[in-house]
Amino acid sequence: MTEMKRRTVLAGLGALAVTPVFAPAIAQKRYDDGASDTEIKIGNIMPYSGNASAYGVIGRTSEAVMKMVNDAGGLNGRKINFITYDDGYSPPKAVEMVRKLVEEDKVLLVFNPLGTPSNTAIQRYLNQRKVPQLFVATGASKWGNPRQFPWTMGWQPDYVTEGAIYAKHILSTKPDAKIGVLMQNDDYGKDYFNGFKQGLGAANERKIVQLSTYEVTDPTVDSQMIQLKNSGADVFFNITTPKFAAQAIKKAAEIAWKPVHYLNNVSSSFGSVLKPAGIENSQGIMVALYRKDANDPQWTNSPDVVAWKAFMAKYMPNADIRDDGHNFGFSVAHTLLQTLKQAGDNLTRENVMKEAANLKGFESPLLLPGIKVNTSPTDFYPIQSVQLARVKGESFELFGDVLSNESTS
Amino acid sequence: MTAITSTVPAAADGARNLTRTLLVGFLVLAAALPFLVGKSGFISNFTFLQLSLMIVYAIAVLGLNLLTGFNGQISLGHGAFFAVGAYTAAILIEQFGVNYWLTLPAAAILCFVIGYLFGLPALRLEGHYLALATFGLAIAVPQMLKYKHLEPLTNGVMGINLLKPDAPFGLPLSGDQWMYLVVLIVAVGMFWMARNLLNSRPGRAMVAIRDHTLAAGTMGIDTSRYKATVFGISALYVGIAGALHAIIFEFVSPDSFRFELSIAILVGAVVGGVASLPGAVIGGVFVQFIEKYADAMTKKLTQAIHLPLELQPWTLYGITLIVLIYVMPGGIAGGLAALWARLRRPPQGG
Repeated sequence: MTEMKRRTVLAGLGALAVTPVFAPAIAQKRYDDGASDTEIKIGNIMPYSGNASAYGVIGRTSEAVMKMVNDAGGLNGRKINFITYDDGYSPPKAVEMVRKLVEEDKVLLVFNPLGTPSNTAIQRYLNQRKVPQLFVATGASKWGNPRQFPWTMGWQPDYVTEGAIYAKHILSTKPDAKIGVLMQNDDYGKDYFNGFKQGLGAANERKIVQLSTYEVTDPTVDSQMIQLKNSGADVFFNITTPKFAAQAIKKAAEIAWKPVHYLNNVSSSFGSVLKPAGIENSQGIMVALYRKDANDPQWTNSPDVVAWKAFMAKYMPNADIRDDGHNFGFSVAHTLLQTLKQAGDNLTRENVMKEAANLKGFESPLLLPGIKVNTSPTDFYPIQSVQLARVKGESFELFGDVLSNESTS
Repeated sequence: MTAITSTVPAAADGARNLTRTLLVGFLVLAAALPFLVGKSGFISNFTFLQLSLMIVYAIAVLGLNLLTGFNGQISLGHGAFFAVGAYTAAILIEQFGVNYWLTLPAAAILCFVIGYLFGLPALRLEGHYLALATFGLAIAVPQMLKYKHLEPLTNGVMGINLLKPDAPFGLPLSGDQWMYLVVLIVAVGMFWMARNLLNSRPGRAMVAIRDHTLAAGTMGIDTSRYKATVFGISALYVGIAGALHAIIFEFVSPDSFRFELSIAILVGAVVGGVASLPGAVIGGVFVQFIEKYADAMTKKLTQAIHLPLELQPWTLYGITLIVLIYVMPGGIAGGLAALWARLRRPPQGG
């Protein structure tokens, strides 16, 4: 054998040795950073301090769900190591903590980071590094854009979808509506309003007789409400965050304006909106829901609510169970578990993302009956259905069918 | 105000040479670090980022030191200049495609001009009035960055994402390692310039103004012009630190430069030693590590010594600060110098 040939053979052997990917025996188990035979590392950031610290319970709930899974033997035999850091709802802190998660803790993926500003700040970095940014806790519509950001996926119904659903309901129940809209003047408000206009369609946009906006720094929305009443609108779409939603409902009652009232899901809370506004002032208001309120008596016997209550009693005994963050965290954590279950022993970031985009009719606990998690390589909006409910007494009365708006832009 | 750590008299030439050798050795080692580590991952890129941030804060603290320690003016608003520097770099890179190293002089010039102009009317303001005016600046700048008509440039509350430059000339370094090197070189230059400034005639004039403004004026020093210029130079330093921060952190937003940043820089300056160049380095370490990890350290400490009560975050930070200020009123650098002096008992000149 000539020198030349021997070298070629050796080089060939070397190449085989360093590319075990093609060896069938090893192909079954594949790992990226953060995954091994014994462990899956999941990173998370949450505002545990600062203005938005009320959302911190979501992270604590996810952490407790993972503990529950570990106590039951883990996931496919692997323990879940859930690493969660405080970002104080501050984008620069979010950037720093996510870099720590990826570069130092070497997590497999970043799960459920909360807030539009924080997620915007980390999106480019995570996509550049090809680290999944899964099931983000914000309803902005921009998280479902796999062509530009293939490593980012939302979870809850996005604001555009929800806005369109209200519009369609108005068209089918009150074709001659004169619509007044109150909108918070930022990305969140504009998302809702754009969806609402899409739902109406160009021909019906003139049904909007008045659009009043407020800044998040304004003290009240009183003058906007008077403006809306004077416009003669008989349908009201209320795109406001909890504090302003309560003000608007109260003011409408004060000035005796009684339109058909649609309230966005962001403010669908008895504790922080409807009670402060006055239960009697809130009767009949319509809102789109996608999750059960686990404390509502109508769901007492539902198996997922029973499981949730058992979980809360054992793993979060000191928590305030009325806080909706526990419902949210429980539900979204189970969507992640389903994704990882589907990924099986192939725990590469690419495969996790592939399975996240391959959720078919998954019923994450605490979703309303008939609402399922559905994704595909072109549909990065896991939940796109809601059901309308109206305030009746001190609970939500669901009515009509589950409504969907497939917006896979 | 603390006494200036004066230049060592000629008798201590040997000690000075030793210090210089040690310093050069340390710097060479620091610069060689990324090459030694290479891509082995022995020191993570995240750690290099943190080291870079530490050096960046040291430059900012040095800027405030020049103003407060050597010129006797107090500023509660240097976070504002940090923000201006950072946004200058971010906007130039992202919107105009300017090469990252060109943004440093741009940030420096802009911050010098703004600092000088701000310093001019503020001259009539002494002591706590100046502190209050600068405090206003620190509050106003993050709000201005969110201003509607500036949004096309600043991108409002969402901020601007950047991409870290790669190492040039095919150097076997990661982006973080390369930027660490850049930051280190810039910092050495900035400290060298500060030292030369302080050892010059204008430097002595600065200190004279701090020690006794009226007397300095009588000696023929144009105190107003000096004060405004020092304010400008101080802003220039902080602006360069801000620009470097934007480049290595790859992100700016109004939230990055809240009022707390101004206080952090001031605390760093005081803790490090307000009229001392080594103090600025210690200040940078303090800002980057002690402050940011006070929360985590509080938790660890609580667990380690089995404290029966739950310590709030910042408790440890607060206690550390109080103890430091009482034990070392001249900052850590001042404290170490005093300790050294007591051990060696050298003749104290100056």
